[in-house]
Amino acid sequence: MGKIPVSLIEKKVAELCVEANFDLPPDVEEALKRALQEEESPLGREILKDLWENLRIAREERIPICQDTGMVVVFVELGQEVEISGGSLTEAINRGVARGYQEGYLRKSVVSDPLRRVNTGDNTPAVIHYEVVPGNVFRITVMPKGFGSENCTALGMLKPADGVEGVKRFVIGAVDKAAANPCPPVTVGVGIGGTAEKALLLAKRALLRPIGSLHSDPFLAQLEKDLKEEINNLGYGPGGFGGRFTALAVHIETYPTHIAGLPVAVNINCHASRHKTWVWDGESDE
Amino acid sequence: MLLSGVVYGARDQAHRRFAEALERGEGLPLDLSGQVIYYVGPTPAPPGRVCGAAGPTTSGRMDVYTPLLLSCGVRALIGKGNRSPEVVAALKEFGAVYLAAPGGAGALLSRCIKEMEVVAYPELGPEAVYRIVVDNFPVIVAIDAEGNNLYEFGPSSYRKKNSA
Repeated sequence: MGKIPVSLIEKKVAELCVEANFDLPPDVEEALKRALQEEESPLGREILKDLWENLRIAREERIPICQDTGMVVVFVELGQEVEISGGSLTEAINRGVARGYQEGYLRKSVVSDPLRRVNTGDNTPAVIHYEVVPGNVFRITVMPKGFGSENCTALGMLKPADGVEGVKRFVIGAVDKAAANPCPPVTVGVGIGGTAEKALLLAKRALLRPIGSLHSDPFLAQLEKDLKEEINNLGYGPGGFGGRFTALAVHIETYPTHIAGLPVAVNINCHASRHKTWVWDGESDE
Repeated sequence: MLLSGVVYGARDQAHRRFAEALERGEGLPLDLSGQVIYYVGPTPAPPGRVCGAAGPTTSGRMDVYTPLLLSCGVRALIGKGNRSPEVVAALKEFGAVYLAAPGGAGALLSRCIKEMEVVAYPELGPEAVYRIVVDNFPVIVAIDAEGNNLYEFGPSSYRKKNSA
């Protein structure tokens, strides 16, 4: 049984928050580069060049990629043989977020109450999703989620009779409604099945998959390809000014559901699909 | 188009306070007549810098307040994303324009900012009102004073019919 001190988790979360905001994962950069090569619209290409240059400046000059450094979504995979020592795991994660946002000069974008709207001043609390898994493992992913894209989220409780065509109409409709707002070219996360909240969580988790990777199930992989093509037929393009690349990728995740339902959720990420992961090496006792 | 000069940074809560102040008959905390509003909430300035990342936020959330501010003499708005029919009508009525800056290019745009200071509502943090001096700040005319809308006609030429 391994033991991880909360101080180590706090430190790692702080580092992940900072790095996620300055440096995109290589698959995201690769997808943007491909879009730049293939985009037909001259204005679209100009926007993609700006975004590409923006990534370079962010990395080299340590300026956040975007001023919306997000509300922090954290995915924790906690092995059931691991002991977290020295305090509360949730508190350690939030201390890490506060530290990262302070030390990295990141924007504090969280208000303590959705209606009374007073800024908490340290970008906490994070939204944390825990999953208990077998084994002596610990894995934590930090996803700073901007609200230009988060506000474009959609949930549909479709009927089983709506089927694949109904799901396609719903997903394409959500991206059509989002238009220029989520800073295209976007990644579209689609969650199908489960219950309402399960579908939304699947959609968010789908955003973490490497861009361009297809689902392992050929039926769903085909649906991802079809959806991407039809979303790109909407014509919004980079920045929403017109062009071929509205979506860089569509990722679908599914879960068993009830005989009476067909939940479908859409969660969108902007072109800067920010996330960083730390995997415990099994020996990092401090 | 490259913009140089003074713009005022204001977003959600600042707009709400502007509207509440006008409703109470108090007037705005600063004279916005003839000015440009930029929808921005920058990241804190790292040491030795004027500002952090400072790209546009989604303009649509300000739609409900925009006709009122245009009636106070605001001449141009900078943001990202389409506007409501009410805003388009108000742009035509008051002869104002809506400019789009590249969304998600906050680091790039920070280089075009030469001065930045909070001039109202400092307690709102990133949502305070900022006086910003920009130099060669890149914008596109998205909706002009005649209501021509790039967010409508731009995508329409690339739109293809879908089966679903």
